[in-house]
Amino acid sequence: METINTLQEFMLHTKNITYVLMVVALLGITGFWLFLTERDDD
Amino acid sequence: MSEDTATMGKPTLSPFNIVAGVILLVGGILTILRFTQGLDAVTNLSDYNPWGIWIGFDLLVGVALAAGGFVTSAAVYLFGMKHYHAAVRPAILTGFLGYALVVLALHYDVGRPWRLPYPFIMQRGTTSLLFEVAACVALYLTVLFIEFSPAALEWLGLKRARSIVLKLTILLTIFGVVLSTLHQSSLGALFLIAPSKLHPLWYTPYLPVYFFVTAVIAGLSMVIFESTLSHRFFSHKMDAAHLAEKDTVPLGFGKAAAFVLAGYFIIKVIGISAGNTWHYLATGYGAWYLVEVLGFVALPAFLYAVGVRDKNITLIRWTAAWTVLGIVVNRFNICLVAFNWHLPASERYFPHWMEIGISVFIVTLGIVIYRFIVTRMPVLYEHPDYDAH
Repeated sequence: METINTLQEFMLHTKNITYVLMVVALLGITGFWLFLTERDDD
Repeated sequence: MSEDTATMGKPTLSPFNIVAGVILLVGGILTILRFTQGLDAVTNLSDYNPWGIWIGFDLLVGVALAAGGFVTSAAVYLFGMKHYHAAVRPAILTGFLGYALVVLALHYDVGRPWRLPYPFIMQRGTTSLLFEVAACVALYLTVLFIEFSPAALEWLGLKRARSIVLKLTILLTIFGVVLSTLHQSSLGALFLIAPSKLHPLWYTPYLPVYFFVTAVIAGLSMVIFESTLSHRFFSHKMDAAHLAEKDTVPLGFGKAAAFVLAGYFIIKVIGISAGNTWHYLATGYGAWYLVEVLGFVALPAFLYAVGVRDKNITLIRWTAAWTVLGIVVNRFNICLVAFNWHLPASERYFPHWMEIGISVFIVTLGIVIYRFIVTRMPVLYEHPDYDAH
């Protein structure tokens, strides 16, 4: 793991990961919603 | 509906009455001990661990599980989901009793009941989180009392007073939502003052958000859980409308709970990412954290979703009970397990049996009062003399 020495490095590191996770999360929650409501009309 | 069907013909010395009676008797003795001998006589609290299960369970869990009142009334009166109307009164009653018992439990922790109004007259300023919690709980308890009062007024036959209170329904519901949002999140914010004491996996600036979202989850699950128990033990008190919502409430609330749990799971992961605390997941505390997040958040989200898809009411009900347990685990983790995590084992807190006894006493008191009210007042049925509002 890269060394984090400054707040700038910390923010850059955590936000890099968080932004990627957010894209995955948005896709995931959309899929979950479709799974949840798939049989609503039955 | 006839009011005598529930109570007539039942033996006074039923198993429930005997067990509840013994618990209340022991609780009464412990109460005398607490208020005459002090905290040291009945608790394992110390300067290191000033908050035990009376705060972790009775207060934090109690307030979260009482959130069903504002969640249900908001769904019905603000979002127009009238088909859940039958669930409003039981949820409001559960919420009212929950908050009333939270205030009662707080007395055991802080002592000197006559100082209850102190947050309003002697305090460090209105920026204090404890002041905000005290103010919101006091106001919301009042709101819940007024929201529930139509049932009592119908029981007492006070039609005029009832009609006045009913005109306040929307206003009270809005108050309820605002006050709940404020104090549910503030209970989480209380822990923001202790970044060095709370384990990094649980400590995050998002704690207020987590507490509010979990309160919504707790409210939704508690309504399903409470509805399950009511249908099991009080179905003879229910009218056709309440019996008909036996399946609609678990399906609707289960769907909402599944989605909110999924959202909560996401923001929990985001919290770890923002705090860069991934490496703690490989420790013992990390394993327990994963049990909480995977076992009590991700798993119930999935089970709720499967239950809703398959219209499997039994699965939804068991998932609701599991989720309620998950709320207890979450609040215990933040207040007790992950708090003071750096202290040696000898300095860690474990509740005295009398602390647990008081908590059991308070829960039993709530169940007894709930039973007393629903067997007498029009909570699980519409009073025949009045239109549903």
